[in-house]
Amino acid sequence: MNTVAQTFKETARRMTRDLRHRSWIQSALGKYYVGRDEKKARFQNWQEARQAAAEIKWDAVNHLDKHLEEFVSKIEARGTKVFWASTGQQACDYIVNVAKKHRVRSIVKSKAMTGEEIHLAQALEKSGVEVVETDLGEYIVQLREEAPYHIVFPAMHLTRHEISDLFNKKLGSAPTDSPEELTMIARRTLRKKYCAADMGISGANFAVAETGMISLTTNEGNGRLSTSLPRIHVALIGIEKVLPTLDDLALFLPMLATAGAAQAVSCYNTFIAGPRQEGEPDGPNEFHVVLLDNGRTRLLADAEQRDTLHCIRCGACLNVCPIYKNIGGHTYGTTYMGPIGSVLTPHLRGLAEWKHLSFASSLCGACSEACPVKIDLHHHLLQNRRNAIRCKSPWWEKLIFKGFVILMNYPLLYRLGVKFGWLGQKFHGLVKGTRLDPMIAWTQSREAPPLALKTFKDYWRGRKS
Amino acid sequence: MSEREQILGRIREALRVAAPKPGLLSGPGQRVPAHEKRPTDFRPWLPAVGDSFDERAALFAKNSAELKTDFQLVANRNELQEKLLALAHAEGWKKIATHAGELTNYAFAVLGLAVVQTGGRYNLDELESSDAGITECDALVAQTGSVVVTTRSAGGRALSVLPPHHVVLARRDQLLRDLPAAFTALKQRYGSGYPSMMCLITGPSRTGDIERILVLGAHGPKKLTIFCM
Repeated sequence: MNTVAQTFKETARRMTRDLRHRSWIQSALGKYYVGRDEKKARFQNWQEARQAAAEIKWDAVNHLDKHLEEFVSKIEARGTKVFWASTGQQACDYIVNVAKKHRVRSIVKSKAMTGEEIHLAQALEKSGVEVVETDLGEYIVQLREEAPYHIVFPAMHLTRHEISDLFNKKLGSAPTDSPEELTMIARRTLRKKYCAADMGISGANFAVAETGMISLTTNEGNGRLSTSLPRIHVALIGIEKVLPTLDDLALFLPMLATAGAAQAVSCYNTFIAGPRQEGEPDGPNEFHVVLLDNGRTRLLADAEQRDTLHCIRCGACLNVCPIYKNIGGHTYGTTYMGPIGSVLTPHLRGLAEWKHLSFASSLCGACSEACPVKIDLHHHLLQNRRNAIRCKSPWWEKLIFKGFVILMNYPLLYRLGVKFGWLGQKFHGLVKGTRLDPMIAWTQSREAPPLALKTFKDYWRGRKS
Repeated sequence: MSEREQILGRIREALRVAAPKPGLLSGPGQRVPAHEKRPTDFRPWLPAVGDSFDERAALFAKNSAELKTDFQLVANRNELQEKLLALAHAEGWKKIATHAGELTNYAFAVLGLAVVQTGGRYNLDELESSDAGITECDALVAQTGSVVVTTRSAGGRALSVLPPHHVVLARRDQLLRDLPAAFTALKQRYGSGYPSMMCLITGPSRTGDIERILVLGAHGPKKLTIFCM
């Protein structure tokens, strides 16, 4: 077993037994479930809306070349500089160079999962620029030098006391247990950063081909400020973010907010169509759009799992996943966690090293049910399992299945096995719980039920006569 | 070959194999059959909105109450003046920021306070230290309780988000039914040349990042007041 998988297993084992973790994750998500169901009920037909959203995304992703070219030609016509990046490294290099060229000293960043994916902040910091995350949750985990815990709620795992201690230590603020005061401390600190920053970095939730705009969703207003005040704005966007028309947003914005944050729509949905235009009083002089591939075309080539690119990063599948709720967001060790992360990561970082994520699933299908764009997540996990076995299955598993095939092909052998299985189980007690126990995965936390002395077949025959 | 050509080439190569359309598989949540053509009218599925002005206004008021937006219908300019002065007095405004416009000009004339105009280039610190930002808008959306602003209708990008209190002055006929109507209105007005920023503002700035407890005024305005005349 490789080390990534080993770390995953060990952390997962620890986290599932952590009762404190379990209790707060339940309470945080409990509020979400109530709100989400209430907002869903306001739709006249949520299931039809999901189907429509899935079909629009299908259209967008399956004609990606056409939509991307339209988006780029429209947004370039308004003075935007577009850079195409095949790899994360190319995207980082480009943005670092833009920062160098304009002598940028400080950057305000609004939350972008693409940025996490390519470790953009680290690359910029290495080149000597200050990068400040402005989303409150993201700012908190940045101060803790930690990865986000959730793709929508990065600091979900921290209590107000932990955050108060952190602010006290890093910002020198007086301790408080009021979330409101803590938010105001961050507001005051970050205000200064916005006003002084030379560059703002954002992601995008959607890129509208028809009008050449990016759509950026935030609740805090940090997306607005990061893209209004600094003189340069860079948006880092995955190539799959394209939507064909502006009208499509009328469907996607409320669905994103409902599924992602139990809101009717998020507080600020901002559509940016270029740098400051003639006659406008403010806004950046330069606007750069970086289109990121970084493994996405590889996923596109897999027709079976292409719908994974429909993902709008709402986080709904994390919130309902029994695995996520038990092991928490950090255990995955990936940029994208939860069911969508388990499907995506093997494609972005290699199946051999990340196949264990496909097995960390109960296949209950809650994720597929929750997905607002109907990604068939739990089937994709199964397909990843199949692909992992295809590329390399362990010898002992091959041996077991060979034995199984023989057993199943000869009724006499099978009957013997069923009849005397209980006898074999008697000897199990000798090795139970030790390294020699073939059932260790089961017996370390549970009792194996005893095999019945009388088989079902015998019982049925006896009952009839 | 440029990076652009390479990426587009990989996309075209990948798309040579067709992917199954959604809604064809059976499984959880697959209760709706696929549509014949890609849908373009979402109204039958989105939250319902009544047809008359009164129904729209009532829904906007209900959504506003939920979002903690202060939404007030005002009959005429006199009532607007009264309410603005009362608000300025109650909050002790000393300096406001605004832009040129029919309603905003009126507001700043009746308020008679120090003013930062964001029509042309302005001083950022002055804007930041204003007590309120007063703007007009493109539309109000009953379905979601949102205000639609653009760089053109609301005095640039920062005015509607930097001061701690955002006051919107709207006209009755700007109160639209739903999001599809709002996008249609934007297209009709700006179809030939969009402003560089358009925004759908829904309530005052908020966060739930600390223990999922709602706090208003995370980075943007702590208060949002809408006067609809």
